[in-house]
Amino acid sequence: MWLYVARRLFLTIPIGLGVTIICFALVYLAPGDPIQSLLPPDASEADKIAIKKAYGLDEPIPVQYVVWLGKALIGDLGKSIQTNRPVIDEVMRAFGNTITIAVISVVLAMGIALVLGIIAAIKVGSWADRLSTAIAVLGISVPTFWLGVVLVIVFSVNLGWLPATGMGEGGSEDFSFLEWESLQYAILPIIAMTLTPLGILMRTTRSTLAEILGQDFIQTLRAKGLSEWQIIVHAIWNGAPQILAMLGLQLGYLVGGSILVETIFTWPGTGFVLNTAILTRDIPLLQGTILVLAMAFVLINLIVDLLQTLVDPRIKRT
Amino acid sequence: MKRSRPSLARPTITALTLALTTFALGAGEATAETQVRVAMTAADIPDWTGAPDQGYEGFRFAGFTIYDSLVNWDLSSSEKAADITPGLAESWEIDPADHKRWIFKLRQGVKFHDGCDWNADAALWNFARIKDDKAPQHNVRHQTMQGWTISNVESMAKIDDYTISLTTKIVDSLIAYQLAGYFQISPCAMQAVNNNYDEFAKKPSGTGPYKFDKVVPRERLELVKNAEYWNPKRVPKHDRLVLLPMPEATTRAAALLAGQVDFVEAPSPDTIPRLKDAGMNIVLVPYPHNWDYQVRVDMPPFDDVRVRRAANYAINRAEMVEMLQGIAMEGYAKFIPSQTYYGNPVKYEYDPEKASALLEEAGCKPCQVTIAISTSGSGQMQPLPMNELVKEQLEAVGFEVQLDPIDWNALLGVYFGGAKAFPQYHGVNVSLSSIEPVQAIMKNSMTRYQPPNGLNWGFFSDPETDALGEAALNEFDAEKRLALIQKMHERLVDQAYEIFIAHDLNPRALSPKLKGFVQAQSWFQDLTPIEVVE
Repeated sequence: MWLYVARRLFLTIPIGLGVTIICFALVYLAPGDPIQSLLPPDASEADKIAIKKAYGLDEPIPVQYVVWLGKALIGDLGKSIQTNRPVIDEVMRAFGNTITIAVISVVLAMGIALVLGIIAAIKVGSWADRLSTAIAVLGISVPTFWLGVVLVIVFSVNLGWLPATGMGEGGSEDFSFLEWESLQYAILPIIAMTLTPLGILMRTTRSTLAEILGQDFIQTLRAKGLSEWQIIVHAIWNGAPQILAMLGLQLGYLVGGSILVETIFTWPGTGFVLNTAILTRDIPLLQGTILVLAMAFVLINLIVDLLQTLVDPRIKRT
Repeated sequence: MKRSRPSLARPTITALTLALTTFALGAGEATAETQVRVAMTAADIPDWTGAPDQGYEGFRFAGFTIYDSLVNWDLSSSEKAADITPGLAESWEIDPADHKRWIFKLRQGVKFHDGCDWNADAALWNFARIKDDKAPQHNVRHQTMQGWTISNVESMAKIDDYTISLTTKIVDSLIAYQLAGYFQISPCAMQAVNNNYDEFAKKPSGTGPYKFDKVVPRERLELVKNAEYWNPKRVPKHDRLVLLPMPEATTRAAALLAGQVDFVEAPSPDTIPRLKDAGMNIVLVPYPHNWDYQVRVDMPPFDDVRVRRAANYAINRAEMVEMLQGIAMEGYAKFIPSQTYYGNPVKYEYDPEKASALLEEAGCKPCQVTIAISTSGSGQMQPLPMNELVKEQLEAVGFEVQLDPIDWNALLGVYFGGAKAFPQYHGVNVSLSSIEPVQAIMKNSMTRYQPPNGLNWGFFSDPETDALGEAALNEFDAEKRLALIQKMHERLVDQAYEIFIAHDLNPRALSPKLKGFVQAQSWFQDLTPIEVVE
């Protein structure tokens, strides 16, 4: 098991390298220049050269990449071209802001999806199944940016129950989930972020359980006299690896930050940072954020793999 | 003894009363703090160390608030286009014996927020911060972001404690306009942190009407009133200014409606009726903004002035304004009519027949052109529907227009690179300011500013324009200079060196509890007169 964990962790190195090489190449393939949106229109050639040199942008692209990589290996992700602030600070602050609402959204989505999925799987074809399926379809189909705007209009503008934007008066530095003053700012972004994973997880749960409940061993369990509830627990335990796999993927996506949700709610998370970095060609910030997110994605999936082994020992991780 | 009891009790009661009064007053002060919360269009806090980025929005909120320039903008009126006014320099004059040497008299008795004195030494220290790469306070980022404001200044010298001289590279009678935005930061504050700009950012110090209080990167910048500001008329009438980046227009409108902000930049046209219904004040004032096409005049078809004029006659500007629900005004020239430089240029009233006839005459029908446009961007308004409408109007008279939408950063690359580097384009749609003559018309029309030496993207070259520009730069009599600039503007419009389409009206939405804001006809705004009335 530990060998497996070590091997998976070791694999993060080529994954990180691959991701950053592709990202670096894509940024340069796209038209535009990292310093163009930074410079004032009247900047002189001398000023342009000076700033390019200051950020190492006067070097050939492969050299830039190697220099960046060398520093990244010792934990220095450089400075943002646009803000001149250390990338590691920018990324970690944004990551912290995103991970909190991402985890809550996925947990919420999983909880609701399990309940609805079980009901739908037990009563396939019933009105409860149709209702649950409709919710799942809604979750998958409704664009999150539209939902975000509607939530703001209804709950912030019209009803005035919840704030529309930001993380509170003190910003992310004073944010605490334990205080209503802060928590209220997170509610609408969480709802907007929950809907899509809810739909996907609900559909997965329903189809997985429905399939398991139709298998022969379920009949055997019934013949043995187990209660319906005990049978469902068996089915859930059997379907858990698939559901966990989907859960890990959804959490991974959300940790990457929902650019649209975070922009609508001005939630200063990774999606918000990535959006700015892409539009301004802020390569160090883009590279740093993507690297951290890639590592997080790999780690989340590793944890999911290990959890799968725990719930189903037949899946061996060696 | 009997008298001792009351004598002991009295001071106790007095002390208690005093304490309670003090507490009550203190509490009163705390709750009475007034704040103005602004939703900016920027996605991040502009640099607040005296070298603002993110275009003029950065200058507006993180520049002129904390810092002053030698020359400031007079933003006190919405009736006329803003002009310059003395800032940290009380006056300036050209040396009669040397038209490259300016004498600036500095304002006395001004202190930076940290108590450091403003004087000639501070001015020279700030000059080295931008210009002298060997000076310990030199900073490449400041050089880049502020260098353009003193690009024509060769050297600066101290004459006495409150007098300096500036020597320019070329004769430039309009130099003062470029200095309005050259921010002065505190040498003492920087020296206290060993010229470390990251540390300076934690406690920046200028001379402006607001002092830095705190910042949460990407989230908020909080400034507080500088009660000792040197210009008593501009001491803020509120205690705190909170600047919040909010790039999404719908979010800004929602935040205003939900009471989370008080002042919103650039609400989208479709949200304005809803904001009005909710009692918000919508402010619309012309300002020197241009939404136009810069065209390439060194190759067909726009090398023919008839084609350029045809394009200008083809534009139905009223239809454009209607589509934008009134947040823009019809644009017929580079300057807006309220600017003194406007003069009396020819007006290309919508005339599709004339446009069509001009194209026939020029032998360019269908007249194929490709225009680079952006999907969004600073000052670009609503580029996609606006460009679609322009395309429709141009095609109605005989043009065949291909729009090439690219992202804002890429479009800037096309614009900065000059037309010859992008032979596939006959024009670009980059919105520009026309604050002052050098930037508005000289740098994008005179032959000497063709790329890579300036922003004359389309390689416009006209001896008459060049002569008028040179004459204006060499003319130190204000009235005569103004007449030359007006003539130059009239000449450029006559030559249709751009396709003039619209000027933004700078919409802002304010909570009804804000009083006293005067929206200047400028890219910059003075927030100090705003009072918060609960």
